Amino acid sequence: MQTIINAFPYLMEGLQVTLYIFSIAIVLGFLLGLVVALLRLAPFKILNWIAKIFVDAIRGTPFIVQLFFIYFGLNSLGFFSLDNTTAGIVTVAINAGAYFSEIIRAGIQSIDKGQTEAARSLGLGSTQTMRHIILPQAFRRMLPTITNQAIISLKDTSLLSVIGVADLTQEGRIQASATFDAFNVYLILGIIYFIVIYLLSMLASFVERKFVLR
Amino acid sequence: MSMIRVENLKKSFGDLEVIKDMSTVVEEKEVICVIGPSGSGKSTFLRCLNRLEDISGGHVYIEGTDITNPKVDINKVRQDVGMVFQQFNLFPHKTVLQNVTLAPIKLKKGDQKAAEKKAYELLDKVGLREKAKAYPGELSGGQKQRVAIARALAMDPKIMLFDEPTSALDPEMVGDVLDVMKQLAREGMTMVVVTHEMGFAAEMGDRVLFIDGGYIVEENVPKELFGNPQNERTKAFLSKVL
Repeated sequence: MQTIINAFPYLMEGLQVTLYIFSIAIVLGFLLGLVVALLRLAPFKILNWIAKIFVDAIRGTPFIVQLFFIYFGLNSLGFFSLDNTTAGIVTVAINAGAYFSEIIRAGIQSIDKGQTEAARSLGLGSTQTMRHIILPQAFRRMLPTITNQAIISLKDTSLLSVIGVADLTQEGRIQASATFDAFNVYLILGIIYFIVIYLLSMLASFVERKFVLR
Repeated sequence: MSMIRVENLKKSFGDLEVIKDMSTVVEEKEVICVIGPSGSGKSTFLRCLNRLEDISGGHVYIEGTDITNPKVDINKVRQDVGMVFQQFNLFPHKTVLQNVTLAPIKLKKGDQKAAEKKAYELLDKVGLREKAKAYPGELSGGQKQRVAIARALAMDPKIMLFDEPTSALDPEMVGDVLDVMKQLAREGMTMVVVTHEMGFAAEMGDRVLFIDGGYIVEENVPKELFGNPQNERTKAFLSKVL
């Protein structure tokens, strides 16, 4: 019990880092996903291809390889030097962005063609139609899948400990070796992740209820 | 100048030629009813009039503007051409009032207050003022279609296109929608109506177009077209539906 009480403040510091990385990466990832989805649906073949290649590349490679590529690979070129936290944020954002883009694309395509036709027949342009008519309806439908991906991305942040980011998992590893009580430290670590993800899902279902589909 | 002039219109979907050659003219305040068997190209014809379908050949002039010209600002033209769909296509995430005011506000036809005032007038006209705050999902089919008409009218169009506006309605709802359309016609709106309601076509149509096989087979005042059809295909069609 004493080891846990001693380790707890360090774990909370790690949690802060995890939440910081997660919240920036998920917002960036969502914006990236939106852009990629729109490129994928744009009426230009070349843009569709660029978007598809990006998505396939991310989906077809393991997260940890992407992380190493960005942190060790890109840094080795010498043009710039990303610190490990930034590299971590970028990797999680790019990875989530690829999956988000597929979710958003499916959401947009699930909206009845008649909605676009009605908006266009009123004289609204394609951008206005997308923004005011299609996306708001698509997002409501996508919310459960978006939540799912956000949870996966949150769990992916634990892999950043491999490049030394002082996130929750990394703090856990340090405490486990410092206290010689791996069982209890990792148990607590799991419980903390579980609680955070549980709260995240509760928030998501609250938002879903708030924007109930009519 | 004619409100609508269609010259040798052609429309293909891939190899399928839906509209082979159609020409007609619609004058201001005319009510044109378009009838014909399903699959004859009458809905496609209507959807070419505001370029919801890309036009494969020929020309369509709206108030003298050739909308087949790619340089034409089609969004501008569409503001003058309202459209009502078979499946209503109301925006389900917006209230009735927002459905009606969205386009005028976004297209800067006036501020929100003016748009709402106008919307209430239009909802009065279609008998649905009390539903202003409701969502489309809470309305019956007939109510939805009347809101859709109000939504199209909010842009002050000069032409209204109706694509089988009563075909998706329960029989007891049809009358309410037709009444609104009749009122519009009496007020002098230029209308093109694709319909299966032969009664409406006979009563309100200044002219009736019978479309079959990608052509306008016969075009006449309703009394003549229904009473004394000239073409064999028109006769065959009318004998089935009348």
